Amino acid sequence: MKEKLQSIKTALEKELSEISTSEKLEELRVKYLGKKGELTGVLRSMGSLSAEERPVIGQLANVVRADIEAALAEKKQAFDAKAQEMKLEREKLDVTVPSNAQLRGGRHPISLVRRELEEIFIGMGFDVVDGPEIETDYYNFEALNTPENHPARDVQDTFYITKNILLRTQTSPVQARVMESRKPPIRIISPGRVYRSDAVDATHSPMFHQFEGLYVDKGVTMGDLKGTLDMFAKKMFGENTRTRFRPHHFPFTEPSAEVDVSCFACGGKGCRLCKGEGWIEILGCGMVHPNVLTNCNIDPDVYTGYAFGFGIERIVMCRYGIDDMRYLYENDLRFLSQFN
Amino acid sequence: MKLSLNWLNDYMDTGVIKDAQEFCDKLTDSGSKVESFDVLASDIDNVVVGKILSVEKHPNADKLVVCQIDVGQYGSRQIVTGARNVSAGDLVPVCLDGAHLPGGVVIKSGKLRGELSEGMLCSISELGLTLHDMPDAIEDGILILHEDCKPGDDIKKVLMLEDTVVDFEITSNRQDCFSVIGLAREAAATYKVPVKINTPPATTVGGEVDDYIKVSVEAPDLCRRYIARAVRNVRIGTSPMWFRRRLRAMGIRPISNIVDITNYVMCEYGQPMHAFDRSYLEGGQIIVRRAKDGEKITTLDGVERNIDESMLMICDSVKPCCVAGVMGGLNSEINDATTEVIFESACFSGTSVRLTAKALGMRTESSGLFEKGLDPENAMDAVNRACELVELLGCGEVVPGAVDVYSDKPEQKKVRFEPERINSFIGIDVPEAEQREILERLHFTIKDGYVYAPSFRTDISCFADVAEEVARMHGYNSIKPTGMSLSGGYNEKQKFINMLHDSCVAMGLQEIMTYSFISPKTYDLMCLPADSEMRRSVVISNPLGEDTGVMRTTAAGSMLEVLSHNRSYRNPSVAFYEMARVFIPHESADKQPDEKQRLVIGFYEKGDFYTIKGMCENLAEIVFGRSGKAQPNYEIEAHRAPVFHPGRCAALYHDKKRYMVFGEVHPDVLKNYDLSVKAYLAVIDVDELFEVKNTEKTYRALPKYQATARDLSFVCDKALTVGELEKKIISLAGKRLEAIKLFDIYEGEQIGADKKSVSFTLTIRDREKTLTDQETDAIIAKVVRGVEKEFNAPLRA
Repeated sequence: MKEKLQSIKTALEKELSEISTSEKLEELRVKYLGKKGELTGVLRSMGSLSAEERPVIGQLANVVRADIEAALAEKKQAFDAKAQEMKLEREKLDVTVPSNAQLRGGRHPISLVRRELEEIFIGMGFDVVDGPEIETDYYNFEALNTPENHPARDVQDTFYITKNILLRTQTSPVQARVMESRKPPIRIISPGRVYRSDAVDATHSPMFHQFEGLYVDKGVTMGDLKGTLDMFAKKMFGENTRTRFRPHHFPFTEPSAEVDVSCFACGGKGCRLCKGEGWIEILGCGMVHPNVLTNCNIDPDVYTGYAFGFGIERIVMCRYGIDDMRYLYENDLRFLSQFN
Repeated sequence: MKLSLNWLNDYMDTGVIKDAQEFCDKLTDSGSKVESFDVLASDIDNVVVGKILSVEKHPNADKLVVCQIDVGQYGSRQIVTGARNVSAGDLVPVCLDGAHLPGGVVIKSGKLRGELSEGMLCSISELGLTLHDMPDAIEDGILILHEDCKPGDDIKKVLMLEDTVVDFEITSNRQDCFSVIGLAREAAATYKVPVKINTPPATTVGGEVDDYIKVSVEAPDLCRRYIARAVRNVRIGTSPMWFRRRLRAMGIRPISNIVDITNYVMCEYGQPMHAFDRSYLEGGQIIVRRAKDGEKITTLDGVERNIDESMLMICDSVKPCCVAGVMGGLNSEINDATTEVIFESACFSGTSVRLTAKALGMRTESSGLFEKGLDPENAMDAVNRACELVELLGCGEVVPGAVDVYSDKPEQKKVRFEPERINSFIGIDVPEAEQREILERLHFTIKDGYVYAPSFRTDISCFADVAEEVARMHGYNSIKPTGMSLSGGYNEKQKFINMLHDSCVAMGLQEIMTYSFISPKTYDLMCLPADSEMRRSVVISNPLGEDTGVMRTTAAGSMLEVLSHNRSYRNPSVAFYEMARVFIPHESADKQPDEKQRLVIGFYEKGDFYTIKGMCENLAEIVFGRSGKAQPNYEIEAHRAPVFHPGRCAALYHDKKRYMVFGEVHPDVLKNYDLSVKAYLAVIDVDELFEVKNTEKTYRALPKYQATARDLSFVCDKALTVGELEKKIISLAGKRLEAIKLFDIYEGEQIGADKKSVSFTLTIRDREKTLTDQETDAIIAKVVRGVEKEFNAPLRA
């Protein structure tokens, strides 16, 4: 009987090595382990054995059964792995077929730059403040130390609604309104649309965006102004950007300055963007004029402040190398989608 | 760390404390954070001492007796009890009528088997006590009082039950505050009252004690100081009531007088102590050494432990007797037969104790204290206090002298006293004299421009530490906030607008920017009626040209113009949005107009009416929040407005107010703008949405129970809108309808010419349970019946 068991095992191993499908594997399982299988047959006949032989043969039969089961399981695993491999192979795609992705949305380049500017100044502790685009003459000019007949009024060609109501020519009236309604310390930026009656050309638009900042507190100095704008220039145009402050005149600041930044295209060596100068004029700034503070009920003997301002379009054009401002308001998708 | 206020009174006059809450608030403010406090025995009331005058059998019950009881000033009472252990002459706790006991129990007079019982006699458990509190009492009988008391006395006074226990959360740097004395110093400094210092009688080093014990420290790196004192003629017994009450208040189980003394001193001084039975210390010797490999010790908890060379042991001449700073050994434990005791008061290395406790898996009160790094200077006072208590409790005779092996005496810490710098560092203006007073109140000394920290303040090492002391006693809440008066950022409105931008971009829309001024002819191109209010614009008196002559009252025209241009540039399909300001003129031309924020969406070849509807619904869901129900937080109805196709225009409402208008552009308008394709527009009122927005998001638990989905097809008149049908279904199905989704509209001959079939999937779910089929069927049946009745719309066969 011992020999019989051994031969069953040998026979199975031989048959196993010859099959190649899982159907055949199942047939083998039935043949050897099934109810009418060979091993079962042997076990059934154990009743005829003597009491001494029975446990010995019984134990051997169990070992043989376990071996057979293990051999079948191993074969099954091999077949399954092969089947999975073939299935994956059949599912292969042509990855070079074009995708069907949706078009992405995006922000207008002016919006993109405005948001970036806002975040730089928010990081430095500035609040973002809005104000009306249709302003009174008082806030647009008079409060800002530009009374009637002041020569500076001629520089800014103004759209008027009535004698008193006009389209704001700068976002500074927002600053005047804030200074009137809040006590220092005040630290704000006021980005927004402004209007000047310039005919449309490559560098002019009757409507554009300004970005102005104001800081009023005890002990604010021109050094603080320089520190702030230096930091801004580095964050906006790169770590290596330098600034240059040139004396200038604005009615609402004293002292006043214009600020150039080292050309971020050539690093200051001179190129087409900076017209060979190495510097790009970017903004105007200065210490808030005592008259402006007084107009807004802030004591200029106690408080000082700085203000700065620039056009967003100019920065957009420099940043992206756009040579004609008109594209910004034409809204051609082929243009707009370049910035997404 | 728990603190009994009775105990605190030994070290500070607690009369200055208004009430427990005030004490907790003040200590928390000065730096010792209180977690909670517990007024003990506050739930016991109207329980007094009674003297049993007589005990008689209950006439109607075998197991009950009737007692006549003298309750002093309250007179006498008859009380029926089932207890067997009372007899005439006993003093017992008596609940009078209306007495309160722990657990909210109220005792009332009543009749027991026909006999009047005017209260109740108490066992210890009824008073909320255990054998740990009253070791001599019987657990299941009436408590017989042996205390010095008389009938009528309040039981809370007699058993010393009244106390307030405050639980502190002490930070690990303040090891000194894990003690009654440490907290008393903090409390006294906080209340600006003196600490009542009790200096236990000192003793000499050496002397008679040397005949009792020899100490050698072989591992001075792990043991800075080891003090031993001896007690002879020890009488082991229970500690007196007041002593046990204090330990219980601190959460410690009384065991026997000598062990209780070590625990008492640990609570009071923060110095863990150990007591050895001297008779078990072979060679009369204590050797402080590292364990030898292969040594074992059975600790007090009965566990045999393998110890190794990294661990510090207190040994006699042959064997380890104690795991240093962690737990004593069973072999030298104090027992009832102990006659000679050696007290250990030592300062072990915190790191070593921590690692040993961790390795052996047994953190104890003692190891917890040592881990923090104790003050070796404290050890002598602590052991002297233990000896003082031995005499006070009369449980032995203290042997004069102490063995003191002190290898590593700490240097006094000093920090330069810089009041100006402290003021400018903290941002306060506390005069030098006041700072000096604060520091001296905290037991610092100031001399020659230096602040000297008391030895127990192991946490002080630099300027900032001293500054903190001044700041916390001055009061953190008295420091004026400075420096952050300006924060910077967007306001709520700006954040809202930014969010709408992001939402539009996420829907695949490209932002555009157009001029705020337009030609007045735009209104004609848009086919606005001649009398339309929208035609009234702010007029620029000196425009560049007619094309830019007026400030727009609507941005729809600008969008149409941009769509038209893009079509002419042969962009095959576009989808745009603009965040546009429009200008609604004031009645007087000399006043500033009303400036309104509008969001305009426009597209062609990007979808149909339902696409623009979906975009508006998306935005509405973002702005109004998801309802979490089948009915969203908005409604959509057919609408008519200029610019739009009269049959393909709708408006979105919230709380009956209109916020969005959207639809297909009117063919005439398309023609005016030279658009040969259908275009779709939405105009959204941003300012108005901002006023009613609900963008706060709150997590809603995901459903735990299964939902059932049922499909229903109704056959109804063609004229009936899906919206009307849907609304009716929602109201019929009730709150268990989680979602309703249209999946088909069919029109065809089988169902009749004027009819259509509308099919929905209803998702039904209860958030509290899984619905049975019958429950779901009932909901569906109600819906079907209701729809049929309302619209004459039966289920499709």
